Amino acid sequence: MTGTPTLAVENLETHFFTKAGAAKAVDGVSFTVAKGEIMGLVGESGSGKTVTGFSIIGLVDPPGEIVGGKVLFKGEDIVGAPEKRMQKLRGDRIAMIFQDPMMTLNPVLRIDTQMIETVLAHEDVNKETARQRSRDVLAQVGIPAAEERMKAYPHQFSGGMRQRVAIAIALLNKPDLIIADEPTTALDVTIQGQILYEAQKLCRETGTALIWITHDLAVVAGVADKISVMYAGRVVEQGGLNEVLDHPVHPYTIGLLGSVPGHNTRGHKLHQIQGMAPSLLSLPKGCAFQSRCQFADGECDQTQEISAPVPGRTVRCCHPQVEAAE
Amino acid sequence: MSVFIIRRLMQSILVVWIMSLIVFVGVNIVGDPVDMLINPEADQAEIERFIRDLGLDRPLHEQYWFFVLNALKGDLGNSFIFNEPALKLIIQRIPATFELAISALLMAVVIGIPLGVYAGLKPDTRTSKTIMATSILGFSLPTFWVGLMMIMVFAVMLGWLPSFGRGETELLLGIEFSFLTMDGLAHLLLPAINLSLFKMSLVIRLARAGTREVVHQDYIKFARAKGISQNRIIFVHLMKNILIPVVTVLGLEFGGLIAFSVVTETVFSWPGMGKLIIDALHNLDRPVVVAYLMIIVLIFVVINLVVDVLYSILDPRVRLQDLKG
Amino acid sequence: MNETASETVTIDPVAIDSVVGLAETPFRRFISDFIESRVAVGSLFVLGVIIFIALFAPIISPTNPYDLASVSILDSKLPPGSQSLSGVNYLLGTDGAGRGLLSSIFYGLRISLGVGVMSTLIALCIGASVGLVAAYYGGRTDTVIMRIVDIQLSFPAILVALVLLAVLGKGIDKIIIALVIVQWAYYARTVRASALVERNKEYVEAAKCLALGDKRILFRHLLPNCMPPLIVVATVQTAHAISLEATLSFLGVGLPITEPSLGLLIANGFEYMLSEKYWISFFPGVALLITIVSINLVGDQLRDVLNPRLQK
Repeated sequence: MTGTPTLAVENLETHFFTKAGAAKAVDGVSFTVAKGEIMGLVGESGSGKTVTGFSIIGLVDPPGEIVGGKVLFKGEDIVGAPEKRMQKLRGDRIAMIFQDPMMTLNPVLRIDTQMIETVLAHEDVNKETARQRSRDVLAQVGIPAAEERMKAYPHQFSGGMRQRVAIAIALLNKPDLIIADEPTTALDVTIQGQILYEAQKLCRETGTALIWITHDLAVVAGVADKISVMYAGRVVEQGGLNEVLDHPVHPYTIGLLGSVPGHNTRGHKLHQIQGMAPSLLSLPKGCAFQSRCQFADGECDQTQEISAPVPGRTVRCCHPQVEAAE
Repeated sequence: MSVFIIRRLMQSILVVWIMSLIVFVGVNIVGDPVDMLINPEADQAEIERFIRDLGLDRPLHEQYWFFVLNALKGDLGNSFIFNEPALKLIIQRIPATFELAISALLMAVVIGIPLGVYAGLKPDTRTSKTIMATSILGFSLPTFWVGLMMIMVFAVMLGWLPSFGRGETELLLGIEFSFLTMDGLAHLLLPAINLSLFKMSLVIRLARAGTREVVHQDYIKFARAKGISQNRIIFVHLMKNILIPVVTVLGLEFGGLIAFSVVTETVFSWPGMGKLIIDALHNLDRPVVVAYLMIIVLIFVVINLVVDVLYSILDPRVRLQDLKG
Repeated sequence: MNETASETVTIDPVAIDSVVGLAETPFRRFISDFIESRVAVGSLFVLGVIIFIALFAPIISPTNPYDLASVSILDSKLPPGSQSLSGVNYLLGTDGAGRGLLSSIFYGLRISLGVGVMSTLIALCIGASVGLVAAYYGGRTDTVIMRIVDIQLSFPAILVALVLLAVLGKGIDKIIIALVIVQWAYYARTVRASALVERNKEYVEAAKCLALGDKRILFRHLLPNCMPPLIVVATVQTAHAISLEATLSFLGVGLPITEPSLGLLIANGFEYMLSEKYWISFFPGVALLITIVSINLVGDQLRDVLNPRLQK
């Protein structure tokens, strides 16, 4: 890929300052997403993936705060950028889709109101033009009789439709980057499939970069170009989709893939990663995964640097399972 | 929507009917009807004539029937003191009370909501803490005492504003209003502020609580993610959501304002319904008391109805639910 | 708090606590949460002082305002801090009849507080019982009871009180009855709401399985769990009751002159307002104010502390 990547996150650190101490929700995360590329950001609850998403778009609220690192959007570092600048970017160049469609749309405002205001906030057009554009995008995401349905209120839509509306809103101003935080988790499988397909098509056609945040590997397996696996606030493995899925190198990734039911032989116990994720308030020194890792030893107490044991792959591990991967 | 309204109408009529029963029972059974309805200074012959005229020697259900019939005709007896139809006396005073109550309501809303929203958006600033502290004072201070102090300071010591009565009025649509004259406004100011204090504190607390709850909702964050301006988020997204609970409470509280004007009117000698009934209670002018009660019930029932309709207009979820069901 | 298996772990304060044995009972936590607000603790202290004054008024009052022998019309309307002819120092001045204001306030507090608290307690007992019954038995009983409660609550307190007192007449017992009737519905509604939630919980089913009598289940099992919101409502309502009684006394339909509450004291001073003898109404009002504000502040903190939604 030539040219500046749409998004380059470098050593991002976001901490939450609570009475009980500082929780390191994002602890040195780095990745890039190029034009038209789809990256899957995978991790369990509490791994810091959602906070990463919010950090990029600048919506981390107190007691959280970005304490270090850079977020280079098309080369411009937007960490600490003035609110006016961020307001211009949000909804226009960087869009975000939230997880729960029920709560993301304001229940007392009509759908068209909520869409038109997004257009008018960033472009100097008249209301009618904004309305037309909203209608077209709604039709594009597959909402039938868009003209009619626009005048409705959110509670009159089903969950799947509401999410499509949220996606439509994200697409309205043709952003360069879309951050989708578990957009299909609350939907049923068939709709999920449709949306995945359309997302892929969209990115190929318009060159929009997409970060798909999820805890479900299966979801990104169908759509992403590359994967970043997060654990306890850090990216532990990163690489091309197929490469990571076929030959995982970090013990956590291996465990994750191993615990997917499909991989299991019938009649055997489901594989589980023993132990629990550590509290973000009291992360162990060195590798956060060592307490649950079968390959751990004394070396794991050191700070884990990023290494590239295999071309095109980065990991944070002192015992990357390269041999097993072959 | 009409099914909803009809249902509420039926309920309202039921309440009014029950109230008439209670009032009737109160006057005729608990107390001595002769004492209550007949001027205590009448002599024996007059008393007997009254008893026959008023049908007090008839069986109870007949009496009640007459009561209802007369009430529907608008005849609720004559005042002992003024010797005029009680109903007419009360209706004459309604504009004064309403003017006071509406002024108080407007003040409470216009001042209370912005203060409350501000306190909700920036809860840790000095201003917010002051606002909240003042609001506690607002609903702890007994209204009548505040009224007295206001008279003390503004009328007696400073001499800025008059301390009693209604001042000059002007006719608008055949009804006399105070706010149309400067003098009238001067007379209206203190009592209206006094009456509004309690409600204002309530509104401030409600608005603040509502704001704090709404501000953390996902849809507000989503609006920010769309790049919507701060102003629009506050005035459109936030406001519409907190207005619903605020309006509901306010609507119901308006009835309370009318009732509570009894106190303010007494302190400031404002010639409204409230002063009338306090005087009537002291003078044992029972027909006026009865008439007042019936009117008040009617007013309340109408207010509740209006609030329900307003609520269904403001909250689309309620409105559309009724369409289906 | 999760504990990691690794050696290099930071000290977990809660874990230490439970090891040392300072078990955190709900009550302890309630107390420690409450103490967090200095304002509330201050108010509680003030309330304590007020209650003390109310209880011991006859003993600690500098003069006895109701002893006709010691009251002289020559002493009337003295401003605060003045000395009477007989050498008594009137800290807050005297009223129209020559009674020392400070002492009148002490006695007045006694009555105001007494009437307020008593009516609240009675209303609470009645209202809570009704609410429990409505929630527990459900069905028609519930519907009928709640209809009555709703209708009662849709009328403002002052109106109901005025009507009742018009019918009943004057007297301390009549005022208490009126205040009780005005308030019981709040308690009924509050308790019913909590009871409805609790009724569906498993411990009630368990109690029923053990064939415990209905009354026992209601009062020993359901009621204690409905206490938190009840306590909050009761506190705020006490303040309202005191305020309402003062208002009614001021309007002249409340307590008779023989038992002057703060409201009546304020009313007495009304006529002297225009001649700038403000203290006769001012100081009783301040006493009333301090009482009500303290109760409300304590009630506020109670509400924050006992609110289940705010508990982690």
